Formats: sequence, structure tokens, C-alpha cells
Amino acid sequence: MTGRNGTAPRSEALLVLADGEVFEGDAIGAQPHDSGIATGEAVFNTVLSGYQEVLTDPSYAGQVIAFTYPHIGNYGVNPTDDEATRPHCRGLIVRDLADRPSSWRSAGTLEAFLVRHGVPGITGVDTRRLTRHLRHYGAMPCAFGTATESELLSAARSAEATDGRDLVSAVTTETIMVRGHGPYRVVAYDFGIKEAMLRQLGELATVTVVPASTPADQVLALQPDGIFLSNGPGDPAALPAITAEIGKLAADGTVPVFGICLGHQILAAALGATTYKLPFGHHGGNHPVRRLATGKVEITSQNHNYAVAEGSLASADVTHVNLNDGVIEGLRSRDTPAFSVQYHPEAGPGPHDARYLFEEFRLLMDATGAHSGSDGAVGKA
Amino acid sequence: MPRRSDIDSILVIGSGPIVIGQACEFDYSGTQACRVLAEEGFRVVLANSNPATIMTDPAMADRTYVEPLDHDVLAAIIERERPDALLPTLGGQTALNLTMSLSERGVLDAFGVEVIGANAEAITTAEDREKFKAAMEEIGLAVPASGFAHSLDEALAIGESIGYPIMVRPSFILGGAGTGIAVDRERLVRLAAEGIDASPIGEVLIEESIAGQKEFELEVMRDHADNCVVICSIENVDPMGIHTGDSITVAPAQTLTDVEYQTMRDAAFACIRRVGVETGGSNVQFAVNPEDGRQVVIEMNPRVSRSSALASKATGFPIAKIAAKLAVGYRLDEVTNDITGVTPASFEPTIDYVVTKIPRWAFEKLPGATDELGTRMQSVGEVMAIGRTFPESLQKAIRSLEQGRSGLNADPSEADVDRVPVDDLLATVRTATPERLFQLESLLRRGVSVDRLATATGIDPWFLSEMASITDARMALDLQVTLGVTVDDLDRRGWRRLKRLGFSDAQLAHLFGSGVGEDDIRRIRLALDAGVTFKTVDTCGAEFEAHTPYHYATTEDEDEVAPSDRPRVIILGSGPNRIGQGIEFDYCCVHASFALRDAGFETVMVNCNPETVSTDYDTSDRLYFEPLTPEDLANVLDAEIKASVDGGRVVGVIVSLGGQTPLKLAASIPEELVLGTSPASIDLAEDRERWNALCAELGIPQPPGGTAGNAAEAVAVAAKVGYPVLVRPSYVLGGRAMEIVYDDERLVAAVDAMASMLTREGGVTAERRVLVDRFLEDAVEVDVDAVRDATGDVVICGVMEHVEEAGVHSGDSACALPPQTLSAKVVTELENHVRVIADALDVCGICNVQFAVKDDLVYVLEANPRASRTVPFVAKATGVPVAMVAARVMVGATLKELRAEGLLRDPVVGHVSVKEAVLPFNRFPGVDTLLGPEMRSTGEVMGIGTTFGLAFAKSQIAAGNRLPVDGTVFLSLADRDKRSGLEAARQFVSLGFDLAATSGTAALLESEGIPVATVVAKVGDRGAAGVDAVELIAGGKVQLVVNTPRGRGPRADGLHIRATALAHQVPCLTTVAAFKAAAGGIADWISHPLSVRSLQEYHAS
Ligand SMILES: Nc1ncnc2c1ncn2[C@@H]1O[C@H](COP(=O)(O)OP(=O)(O)O)[C@@H](O)[C@H]1O
Ligand SMILES: Nc1ncnc2c1ncn2[C@@H]1O[C@H](COP(=O)(O)OP(=O)(O)O)[C@@H](O)[C@H]1O
Ligand SMILES: [Mg+2]
Ligand SMILES: [Mg+2]
Repeated sequence: MTGRNGTAPRSEALLVLADGEVFEGDAIGAQPHDSGIATGEAVFNTVLSGYQEVLTDPSYAGQVIAFTYPHIGNYGVNPTDDEATRPHCRGLIVRDLADRPSSWRSAGTLEAFLVRHGVPGITGVDTRRLTRHLRHYGAMPCAFGTATESELLSAARSAEATDGRDLVSAVTTETIMVRGHGPYRVVAYDFGIKEAMLRQLGELATVTVVPASTPADQVLALQPDGIFLSNGPGDPAALPAITAEIGKLAADGTVPVFGICLGHQILAAALGATTYKLPFGHHGGNHPVRRLATGKVEITSQNHNYAVAEGSLASADVTHVNLNDGVIEGLRSRDTPAFSVQYHPEAGPGPHDARYLFEEFRLLMDATGAHSGSDGAVGKA
Repeated sequence: MPRRSDIDSILVIGSGPIVIGQACEFDYSGTQACRVLAEEGFRVVLANSNPATIMTDPAMADRTYVEPLDHDVLAAIIERERPDALLPTLGGQTALNLTMSLSERGVLDAFGVEVIGANAEAITTAEDREKFKAAMEEIGLAVPASGFAHSLDEALAIGESIGYPIMVRPSFILGGAGTGIAVDRERLVRLAAEGIDASPIGEVLIEESIAGQKEFELEVMRDHADNCVVICSIENVDPMGIHTGDSITVAPAQTLTDVEYQTMRDAAFACIRRVGVETGGSNVQFAVNPEDGRQVVIEMNPRVSRSSALASKATGFPIAKIAAKLAVGYRLDEVTNDITGVTPASFEPTIDYVVTKIPRWAFEKLPGATDELGTRMQSVGEVMAIGRTFPESLQKAIRSLEQGRSGLNADPSEADVDRVPVDDLLATVRTATPERLFQLESLLRRGVSVDRLATATGIDPWFLSEMASITDARMALDLQVTLGVTVDDLDRRGWRRLKRLGFSDAQLAHLFGSGVGEDDIRRIRLALDAGVTFKTVDTCGAEFEAHTPYHYATTEDEDEVAPSDRPRVIILGSGPNRIGQGIEFDYCCVHASFALRDAGFETVMVNCNPETVSTDYDTSDRLYFEPLTPEDLANVLDAEIKASVDGGRVVGVIVSLGGQTPLKLAASIPEELVLGTSPASIDLAEDRERWNALCAELGIPQPPGGTAGNAAEAVAVAAKVGYPVLVRPSYVLGGRAMEIVYDDERLVAAVDAMASMLTREGGVTAERRVLVDRFLEDAVEVDVDAVRDATGDVVICGVMEHVEEAGVHSGDSACALPPQTLSAKVVTELENHVRVIADALDVCGICNVQFAVKDDLVYVLEANPRASRTVPFVAKATGVPVAMVAARVMVGATLKELRAEGLLRDPVVGHVSVKEAVLPFNRFPGVDTLLGPEMRSTGEVMGIGTTFGLAFAKSQIAAGNRLPVDGTVFLSLADRDKRSGLEAARQFVSLGFDLAATSGTAALLESEGIPVATVVAKVGDRGAAGVDAVELIAGGKVQLVVNTPRGRGPRADGLHIRATALAHQVPCLTTVAAFKAAAGGIADWISHPLSVRSLQEYHAS
């Protein structure tokens, strides 16, 4: 139907899951490239606000995001809340896309943003039914668009899940870039790094962002005070080369390592742990996590489909646990200065409860060697 | 740390009578708390003066004191019960303020009572606006520029320095009492004066007005390990300047980016930590400047509140229940989330729907009050609706209000607003009123832009454009219809698009017009499989499986109602609280649910009032949070019938416990499914002509009367029966639009007024006639509640004698149980009449009959084959669980069986119970406080004692008009009351009071040898005493005012007297009956020591 704010009439579309489940809706956003069909792995996210951050989070590469909250786009989009230069997700599923955004910060509608960045979407979907389905049968490939049901079904069937795929190489930076202004010197592996992380790190350090494929010795050659392993999309088990390099850094043990999300999984793998895929992952801003050191509960921002397997951690201790399902949310290496969390202390979107972890990183950098000093000269001399 | 083991007895203070700003949401939170504490094995001592509450049900606590909420009484209770701890955060402002005064008076220390939840320090920091502001500034949170004043001069000085407009806010107040926005010096003087009066500590905050900015609330919880969570964010559709309690509000917040939301969340946590609420829930209010997003803190309530009740219903997270657990030592992560059953309560609910709350006002009952909304809360109730989108929930909420609207316009009533020219309407919408929503839609439909309306109203454009999406769809449909599209042309998707915007079938029928009925729409839709589905409120957006069947209807693909193989009874609630239909009916529904659950039925509750216990998800086995309209009810019925598997079935629907609301729905329910008294009988009792015929046939006298379809007919009836007559419409509750008239002129005026006043409800027509009855002057009114079973066995549950004479609405007059002046003969006659009437109506379940007794002649006024307002009072006075008995009878039990079972016991005797009404006049200056046949009370209290006097005195204290024990009584009596007042006057003198009286009254008193200390002149002219009545009262020289209306003559004089008494909080009695009762009450009060006793003790005897 035509929205009063001049939005074009929307054409009816369908969303079809790989297992044949069908949902009605209306097409929104960009025209899918291949003959009116968009595909990807369907996952649901339960945040009430922060859709712009979620859509631009590179960790969603290869995935189609369904928001459980029905109204999406209410406050439009603005230049400052992007987590990356462009969205990497493959589509958007909502119950009701706002026609008319309202916010003093808004620079345009979400729909225009989707079109601009070539992200197709579907609105009017019974996203609760979809969520319940994914909860029962797990995240699965889907296809949506204006094509016929049978075309969409075969597209969904042949669409890839994220299992065993290296999605990092598609989202990592090609060139080294330097960000932030803090006194320390941190090298950050970009597996799909979020702006919010760079903002937090940038507060305490001058951050050299390097491609995911950067070898360990090159990183050490930069003589950092600390090494940061970013979040990123997909299956950690599909990244043996990267894991091997991180393994060297962890083994070296001279430089503190801090990992978040995929960075956490890679560090764990590097320390010998194994990872597994969760049925439908954790995607939201309300998961309670217990910090074992204090017993206190943090409300956390989460976005991951894979997790570190219980008991596979020989050389590290569990530091944080998810109170909903017991999933390992944080670890600390026993004999090297390395720690990581599965969730997102940098928020963006989500609560600020776990910001202290960046401070812990700073303390760890202090503990291991004189830092480079505010002159920014390469330290560790 | 788990449950504390160092305390075992806890005192819970309730919030007292239902008043504006403090309604039954505190019964909901208090009831949850009592249940939790009992489950945890604590000895619960409860104090609450409100008998209509579920929390004062003797089963809810070990000791239940239905006693005045007054610090002396509380001290006595504490001395008697020696609780280890006091939980003050669940009884609203009343409990907080009482706790403060108990701690200041050293009572708590003296008896070693620990305050749990929020300590005195925290309470002051939050409630004392000066301390609060300082605290916020200290932690770097912005607050509006302001200063504090304890005198007018201070107020003005600060005011001038800040600049107008200026917000005035008294400290330690509730529901915005005494607040207001001053645009100039003159108004500031008025407001500041009122404010200083209103504040218990004589302090007002003079503050920069930020009216028009966006208003938000966060419901926060904290445990003793300092874990903090936000349960719910609420965005007010109406901007700052309109009290949150009078605002349309929406959950969750819709227009905050995550960056702004997280800033607000951090601020809320900082606030609760600084204020020092150690455990429990708090409500933090923020204003956001739409221009630059600047956030300021408005206030913090360190307790559960109306908003926390809303938040609990909106999310499925029971704040009060968890708060109680936290107060006794648990941490959030030690409590499991009932709904998922596996995840802990230490999380933040996420929802996948939109909740809209709309307040319900009662301006129509308060002539003299304007319906302008502002910073003083005026609403008497609210509805909540759940939909997947804002438009859907908004339209559902409007239907839930039961004010004759089927949604956001698109119904016959829209004509009224569409008639008004655009420019006039544009001017009107600048001020918020209950009508504003409809005016806005009309303007949108007439092409006024969202932006223009946003500027005019301060309502965020997002809300307006979502409303516009309703308008757009409606206009598109209008166009199609004019192009000849008919109901048969719409396909499934077409219907779904409309239903998803929340349109009711009634609206759609109206839009299609040409003889299309609501039922046609439904039939056609369902044939195309475009029906509703029921989703579940689960706290987690479906991320986890939900175990509590808490449902709402929406138009989606998948239905989540679980099958059932058990017999199910559907109980219809009473909708929004309003004057005439309040918490009493929720009490009845909840008791029915408890009783039937115990009897092995699965109970299904349908209601739309977020404040109530009935809409707590664990009150009944299944909860449908839905509007109470035929369409919405049909959806529930279909779903429940569909859900019946292997032997499971819908036994029926209870319509007689929720007041007039469910009763009106009876006709839309398949006859065989209506439990209890048949719709036919209900109709027989409501239809005046048939009812009169029946009484005649039964030989039960009625006041002579007749019915009329217009003024002329009314005059004819009056000529027949003689003046004075009482005129009123049929089919309304609470004596709506009822008037006593003494001549043709007034009668005609009254009928005309009724015709226009009631247009909403359908006007006065040949079908909807007015009732004209001879008005029985100085008659004693009596209420009788009874239950009759299918075998014809009848039990009389209670006979209540009213204190005020007939003519004062039963809901507004005090009443005594047992009767105090009626002869045994009369009482037997009353009981016999009730039996005969119950038989004649073939009542199965509960019924209430009202009588007027004059010169030992008994007249029947009306019979209601449904639960009445007095049921909970009777239950508490007699120990007989009336509503439970009635519910069981409706599903087939006999009274004999229930006696055997022990549920039905003999009423306890040996004490007197008095129910007193609580009226909202202090919120509506300018409204006359005279009592009449139109009910205006918002709530009630109960006083229990060994004599009528003691019980009455307690009821007065509980109602907030504490009777004086010495000083001066000012009498100004109508001629017809002068003689009858003599006795009481004499009694006051013998009690050592001085009398002051207006000349006429004084003359008679003196002629009877009753000394009058001061003769007072008529208002305006200073007489002998040199003062007039108003000056006397205003000067604080009078402790009690007795003023009865001067017949039908000019009432101005009396009006001034009553207004002054109200303004200076001097108790004011407006009937001789109350005057007499007061004399007796004070006599007994003086001669007896204060004693308190629990219901459990009364009922044991
Ligand atoms: N500075 C202000 N300017 C304009 N409106 C205000 C201001 N402060 C409060 N209000 C309005 O007054 C209402 C009542 O104020 P509040 O402090 O919340 O009283 P209460 O304790 O009764 O809730 C608020 O809901 C808000 O709409
Ligand atoms: N004929 C009458 N004479 C005197 N008072 C009457 C008469 N009829 C009604 N009343 C008064 O009006 C009040 C309201 O009438 P009622 O029929 O009970 O209305 P409602 O249905 O709203 O309770 C009664 O409580 C009673 O005090
Ligand atoms: Mg408030
Ligand atoms: Mg308050």
C-alpha cells in the first residue's frame, strides 16, 4: 500500500526457507541482483533499538537479518551510527518498515539506505512465526523476493549456510590503516571490525588495523603494546591459516591479546579449543552474562552463531558464562597475557555494562612491559 | 545471597482507598508481594483500609488489618504484631509517606522494625525534590533549571529569575497534585500558594517549563548485589506538560536511537544507585528535547508505580513480585523467569509487539471541571492494548475504553469532529483533551500535514504518521467503495492489510456502509481465512519457549493457543476503572477465578485493564489481554473452542461479576454459554417497564414512576406521580446523568441535557428511554446482596443500611453492616422481597437489590442480577466469600454442597462494619461537593469496630476526613434539616464542642436552648460576629463543617462554604444523617482507647 510519505507502492513478495516454510510480505529496499531473488542464512535479532548498527555490522556477512521487534526504521538512519562503511548482510526481514522516520539525528529513511547500499528486504512478515521456526529448526538458508514460490524454494535450497565458509576475507580491510589517538599502541586484526570497537580502542591507543591475513611476525615487528582480535562473520573452523598465526602470537606471550566474538573463538582455537555451531545463535542486546570473578551479572550485546566448546579449553580458564544457556562467554589464557569475550563489550548496539574490559586490556598492557608513552613512538624499548 | 533467614515477620502497607493517581495498580503489586512473601514462608502482616482489594482477602496474609492508614493506627498494629521488617515500596505514595512518618516518630526504632526495599534515606532523596535535584547534579545528570521556595516571595523571586513559563511542583506529592505551569506572575502566585499547601513539607519546586518536549520513563530494578536491569521503556505520546498518568503512553520507546537509549539507561542506573534504592523497582522519568536530544531527569519514584504495573503487563515481567523477592534477600540471577521457566530474572525483557495505554477520564460526571489535561493527573483509570504494530494497538486501546468508539474514528461518532472546521480544530488540538486523538485523525484525513500537527501538539511525528497510515488505508478504502467495490471484492490479503491496522469489523462495516453489518464483515473475512491469531507475551521475543499462556490477538499467520483437554470457564473482566465501576468488580472476577481453579476448572480471564490483579498472568490459567467488545470476545471464544481436545470443552462464560461491561456482552454470546442468570432475566431486570410489571405482579412496592421517550412524556409521568421526581437513563451504571427535580421546568431541562450528554451512548429515544420515578425524600436506603442456586436455595449475604438518605447514590453513601436502625420486621421483609425477586428472575448466582425504607414501608429501587459494588465489603464484614460462592453456584454447585464443603459459612456477627466512600473533589476545585444520585466516588474504605460509632469514626479517618475531638462545629442547615439536626447538635455541645451557625440555624438552636458561640453571617455580609462563613473557615477557626443544601433555592451560599472547607481541608458533612453519625462516632471515639484487630480474628469469632 502507498505510504503517505510518497513511498512507492510495494510489490508482494514471499520469503521461503530451505525447509519449505513460506511467509508472505512486501518487497522493500534494493532490487535483488539475480532475477528478483535474494538469498542468505536467516537469523533473528531481538534488539529493540539499534537496527542501523546491526545492519552495518560486518559479522552479518552472508546472513539475512530478521528483527523480532516489528517497527524498524522509526528514527531513520544517521551518518554516525554505522559500524562499517557499508552493510555486509544479505537482506532484511521486518514486520513493519517505518515510512516516516523521526529523529533530530536522522539523515534519511532506512528504505533509502537499503536501496543505496543494495540491500534487499521484505516487510509485512510474521516475524514471530519466523523466529519460532528458526528457534525450533535452527538458522537456515532462505530466499526471498518477488519471484514465484517454487523459484524461491529452489534458490533457498541451493543457498549456502555459513558452515565451513571463510566469510572474513570478504570483509577484512585490504590496506593497513591507523585509527585512534590513545597513548598505547595496539595492532587490531580486522576480521570484520566494528566502529564501536575502534572508538573504544581509540580512546586508549593508537590502533593499527591490519588485514586478517597478516602474519604474526609482521604484527610483532610493529612492536605493539597489545594485540586486538576483532569480531567477524562466519565459522571460525574455516579459518585455519589465521588461527595458526594467532597461535604464534599467543605462544609468543610477550604481547597481551584481547579478542571479541570471532576474535574470541579464534583465540580459543589457537589455544587448542574447538568450536561448534549454536542452533540459532545469540543475536540481541539483553543476554545476562555472569562475570565469574565477581559473580556480578552483565547485560550484554550478542551476535554469534558459533561458540567455544565446553571442556575443550585445556590452557585457558572460563571467565564469563551466559546465564540463559551456559554458553562460554569469556576466557583467559593460563600462562600467557591473553583474554577474550564472546559478547560485545563495545556495545553498538547494546548496553555499556562490560566496558570495563577495555580497561582490563589497558591494565594488561601496563603489566606486560613499559608502554610506548603518549609520544606515540614505538615502545617496548 | 538467597532468602534472608534473620527476619520472619514482615509488615506490608497497602495504598488505601482508590483515588486519582493511586488506583488498583497497588492492589496488583501488593497482592503479588503478599503471595511471594507467603510462599517464601514469611509471616505477612498487612495493613490496608480498602476492603475492595484482593490483597485484603484474609487468605493473602497471616494478619490482615483493614484499619485506617494513619501513623497512630500503624503504630498500634506494629506494637501488637512486632514485625521484624516493613516493606513500604508496594503501597504507593501512601505507604512511603506513612513509613517516613513512622520512622520520624521513632516508632520503627522503638520496635526494632527494619525498613526493607527502600530505606528512609533513599525515600527522602527521591521524594524531596530539592534533595533529588542536588543528587542528580552531583552525579552529573541534567535537570531543568530551578529553585526551591517555602514562601510566596521566594517563589516569585525564583520565578522571575528563571523566566516564564514556569513549572510549579510541590514536594512529596502524588499524581501531580498542586502542580501546574504558570505563564505569568498572577498565575504563579496562585500555583505557588496552592503548591505550598499541597506539599506536606510546604515546599515547592519552581522550575523552567519544558512543556512540549518528549517524555520517557524507564522501569528499573536493582538487587543488593548492585545488579541493575531495565524492565521496560515507555514513551509518552503526549509531551511533557501532560502528566504521564494522563498521557497516552507506548512501550517500548519508539523514537530513540540506541545511542540515546543507552545514555538514558546509564542515567537511570546512576540515578537509582545515587538515590540508594537498595533493592526493588523504581521509575525514572526523563524529558528529551526533540531539537538536540538533550536529556534531563524529571523525577524518580523509588517504588513500584502505575507505570511499573503497566510495564509488568506490557512485558510479562512481574516487577512487584520480583521486587518482593529482592527485598527479602534474593539476587536477580537467583530468581527464575516464570515465563520461560529456564532463564533467570537478571535480564532485560525484549518484546515483539507494541503496547498502548490510554487513560480513562470521568469529566462527564464532574460538572464544573474542564477536560483540559495538564500536569495534574485527572484520569480515573486506564486501558492497555497489545498489537504487533502501534496502529493496531492504538485502535484496540480505543475500543477497550468502552466509550462508544470502535477505533480511531471511522465510526458514526466521527461526524461530531468532522463537522468542526479545520482551523477551529487546529486551534483546539493545541490543548490536550480526551478528544484530541480523534481530532488529530480528522485533521489528517482533511489533508493537514503530520509536521503541522506535530508543531501544534508536541506529539512526535512518528506517532502522527503511524496514525496517518490508518487514515491512508481508510481513505483508500473509501475511494474503492465509491468506485463500487463491495465487501465481496476484497481478497484475503486485502482484509489482512486492514485488520493489521487494527480496524474493527464495526469500523469496516461503517466504511462499507450500505447495510453491511459487523457480522457480515466477520463472516466474509473468516470465509477467506482472514481471521485473527493469538500470540504470546513471553518477555523474550520468542527466543525461548513460553510456559505462560498470556495472549493477545493480532492478524498474523500463526496461532499459539495451546490445546486443552480440561473444562474451561471464561471470566469476563470489567475493563477500565471508572467512577461507578472499579476494583470491586475485579475482586469478584479474581475470586471467581481462584474458586473455579480450586474446583478443578481451567480458568480463562479476558480483560484490558493493566492495573488489575485479574490481568496478572498467574491469576488465571489463561489470560487474554483483549478489549471487551463483541468482536474481540468472539475471537477468544473461537480460539478457546478450537483449542478443546479430547474431552476438553468451554463450559461457559461468566458475565455477571465484572459490572455492566460483561453484562452488556451477554447478548453477543451463544445463550447456552452464558453461565448463571440467563440474559433474558438480566434484561427483565434492566428493562424498566417489564421490571415494574414484575414488581406489581409480585406485590413488591416501588416508588411510583414511569418511563419517557422525550421531555413531554416525562412531564406527563411527573404529573401522575407528583414531584419531586428522580430522572435517569436506563442501562447506565453509577447513577450516570441522574437528577432530582422539583418542577416541570427543571425536568424538561434535565431530559434535554440527558439527551445531549448521552449521545455517545445513543441518546434518549423511544427505545432508550428515561426513567422518571417519584423521589422518596428522607428515606433510608438499604442494599442487600444474595446468592441463589439452581435449586432455588437462597442465602442472604449482607443487608447494608446506608448512612446518607436515599437520593445519595449507593456508591457515594456510607453504609453499615449489620443495619443499625431498621426494625427486625423491616429486615425480614427486605430479605423476603429479595428471595421473591431472586426466584422471579430465576437468579443463578449473585444478585443485589436496593431498597428505600420510609416510615417502615419498604420500596424496591432496583435489582441487579449481577455482582454489586458491595460484594468485597460484605465478604470482609461477614467472612463469607460471596464471589467464590456465586462463581461455584454458576457452574452448578448447590449452596448445600458448598456448606458441606466449608466454602459457604455462616456470617460472623458481634462487630459493626462501616463502608465509607472516597470522593475526588480535592482534584477538581470548582466542583460542588454535595452528594447526589450521580455517583462520583473513586474508592472506598472500611472501618470495623465493636460499636457503630467506633466503626464510623475509623471509616472517616480512613477516608481522610478525620473527625475532630474538640473545637468548633459550624452548622448551616437547610430548613427541612434544621429540626432533625437538633439532636446531633446537642450531642456535640455535651461533648464539649463550641457551635457556630448561620443566623437561621442559630436562631432555632438557641430557641431549643442549645448555646451557639458564634453567629455567622451569610457569605459576603459580615454580621454580628464580624466574620462571614468563608472567613471563619479559612481562618482555621472551625474544625468541622456541616452544610446541607438549601432545598432547590440558590445554592451559592452553601457552595462557597463547602468550597472553602474543601480548600482548607476542614471535614465537611453535607447531610444530617452524616452529622448524626459523626456525633455518635466522636462520642465513642473519645470514650474508647484506640484498638486494632485483624480480619482473621474477627472471622474466627
Ligand atoms: N519542568 C517541567 N516542565 C514541563 N512539564 C513538566 C516539568 N516537570 C514535570 N512536568 C510534567 O508534569 C508531570 C508530573 O510531574 P511529576 O514530577 O512526574 O509528578 P508526579 O510525582 O505526580 O508524577 C510530568 O509527567 C510532566 O509531564
Ligand atoms: N425513587 C427514589 N427515591 C429516592 N432515591 C432514589 C430513588 N431511586 C433511586 N434513588 C437513589 O439514586 C441512587 C442511584 O439509583 P440506582 O438505580 O441505584 O442507580 P445505579 O443503577 O447507578 O446504582 C440510589 O442509590 C438511590 O440513592
Ligand atoms: Mg511522574
Ligand atoms: Mg512521583
